Order: sequence, then C-alpha cells, then structure tokens
Amino acid sequence: MSIHTRIVDDLIANDIRFMTTVPCKQLAGVIEEIDNRPEIRHVPANKEDEGMGLCAGAHLGGQRSAIIMQNTALGVTINTLATLIQFYRMPLPMLISYRGEIGEPVACQVEMAVHTKALLAQLHIPTYHFHRRSDVEELDGILKYCFMASKPVAILTDATFWKGELA
Amino acid sequence: MIRSEILKEIAPILRDQLVVCNIGIPSQELHAIDDQPTNFYMLGTMGLASSIGLGLALAQPKPVVVIDGDGSVLTNLGTLPTIGNNCPDNYILMIIDNGSYGSTGDQPTYTGMKTDLAGMARAAGCETVIEVQDVDTGPALQAALDSGKGTVMVVKCDSGNAKMPVITMDPVVIRDRFMKAVAS
Repeated sequence: MSIHTRIVDDLIANDIRFMTTVPCKQLAGVIEEIDNRPEIRHVPANKEDEGMGLCAGAHLGGQRSAIIMQNTALGVTINTLATLIQFYRMPLPMLISYRGEIGEPVACQVEMAVHTKALLAQLHIPTYHFHRRSDVEELDGILKYCFMASKPVAILTDATFWKGELA
Repeated sequence: MIRSEILKEIAPILRDQLVVCNIGIPSQELHAIDDQPTNFYMLGTMGLASSIGLGLALAQPKPVVVIDGDGSVLTNLGTLPTIGNNCPDNYILMIIDNGSYGSTGDQPTYTGMKTDLAGMARAAGCETVIEVQDVDTGPALQAALDSGKGTVMVVKCDSGNAKMPVITMDPVVIRDRFMKAVAS
C-alpha cells in the first residue's frame, strides 16, 4: 500500500468527508489520492485562510473536514486559527508539508521552517512531526484526538517522511 | 438606504434561512434587529464569511444566505473563483456593497471607485450574478431563494452604520446553537 493510500484511508476511516488543499510538491501524491476517493469532497482553496473558512463551514454543516497545506503558509492562517477555529472551538486536522527541513533544496523554505514549530507552540496547537515512515502509524490516533478535543491539530510531514527512508 | 435599513427589511426572509453574517457592525446590526439561532455571527476573521457559507452549503442541503460586505470580499478575493467553480444550488452570497469599510470608520473601498464586484464575480466563474439597488433587496433575495440556483447578489447601498451593541454572546454558544439549528 502506498503512503498516500494509507493516509487517505485513515482520513476516511475517521469520517472526514470534506477536504480543502493548497498544493505542495511533497503533498501531490496524497492530493491525487483524495481526488480518487468518492467519499471525500475536495474543494481546492486559493489561500490557506480561505481553506480554513471552508472547513469551518463544513464543520457547521455537520461534516468532518481537514486541510492540506504547506508550512510556509502558516503565517497567513494565524488570525484564522485564533479567531475562528480556536475561538469557536472547532476541530481541524492540518496535514502540513514541512518544507525547509533536511533534504530541502530551496534555501528560502528554511526561513519559515525555523518558525514553524514556534508559531504552532505559541498558538498552543498540538503538533506532531512525521519524520520516519513508520510515524504514519500515529495518524489514526491523532485524528481521533483532534475530534475528541475539538481543536486544530498540526501534523508536520517532512521530506524524509515522504521519501520513505528510516522506515 | 444604509445596511441596517436593508437588514430590517429582509429580516422576515432571513429568519427562516441559515445565515452566515460578516464580522463587525453587520453582525451587530443583525443580532440587534432579529437574533436567531439560525444566524452564525462572525466575531473576527475578516473576509471569511463567504468561505464559511460555501463550506456550509456544500456540507448540507438547506439554503445558506451569506451577508458579506465589499471590504470583506476584497480582502478574500480568492473566494470568488472557489465559489465560481464549486457553487451549490443552496448558496446565496449577498454582498452589501456600500463602497466603504463600515466597521472601521467608513473609509472608502475600491468598489466605490473603479472596481466592479459583480464583474469580478462573473469573471471568476460565478454563473448567476445580479446587481440590485438597496430598495429592491427583499424581492431580489426572495427570488434568488425561490430560483433554487446558487446566486451572487451585489446590493448597492449608501455608506453608514446603525449604533448597535457589541455581541457579547460566547462564540461556542453561537456555534453550538447554530449547529443544532442546522441539524434540526
């Protein structure tokens, strides 16, 4: 089973039926897999805060939702996380490509990578870092935790995780 | 007419619908005019009313009316292509276009100058876009609901605000009673 199939299986098993994405090269496979699954409505967003608005609306409508985004976009979502997702106490799994880590070819990506965990910690968002391929085993539990707590939860997935080394 | 006069006039139509209302004075006005559990008041997060409403309309079958503003749509312009390419039949985006940032002191927005929001919505792929004068809002909104077609309404009106109290209801209460109304 591919890692993409495995991830999307877990999303569906946790009743996530609405997903929004802003793409990243590292996330291309999982986005493609989402489009293959009729259980999930996929609404691509133009910006990540817009995507969080879509997810909040789906939640109000009774559907579990999730966002796929790149860590460089965390900055544009701070206000939305604080004043919409957290203020109204909504669950939101965030599957985030952690660009700017080991293996990164683009220096500029490092500039947001060094702030990523600090920003998430400042917002008191539970954060999990997938580095080894086997870390995916935690995804199901993280999703259950997110909906139990009704909080945004960040899953940072780095290049090593996607390459499948250190299994 | 100013926004609060329009809201007073259309309150009997809104009462039976799921309403997502824009941040700031629009929500304060709607809350004071006719508070309903079917109203979702945005207390922060400028720009996302149209996105929240779209997610809500896609996730369940009841009609959704979003009360938005020109300034808020301008701050989240990416919403228009997303609406244009995903618009469900139960989604009505009503942009109260008074050409100003009402909640911050009526500073002018670009829609009072050269920018045409209805034209931008059409160019973004929204199929049913209507421009309405303030006095015609009620019949136009009712017609949009009756049509069963996803609609973007741009309501041209005067700049100005009614003085209403800040909403002190807890956001989790707003959300909880709204979700119960959605599910009922």
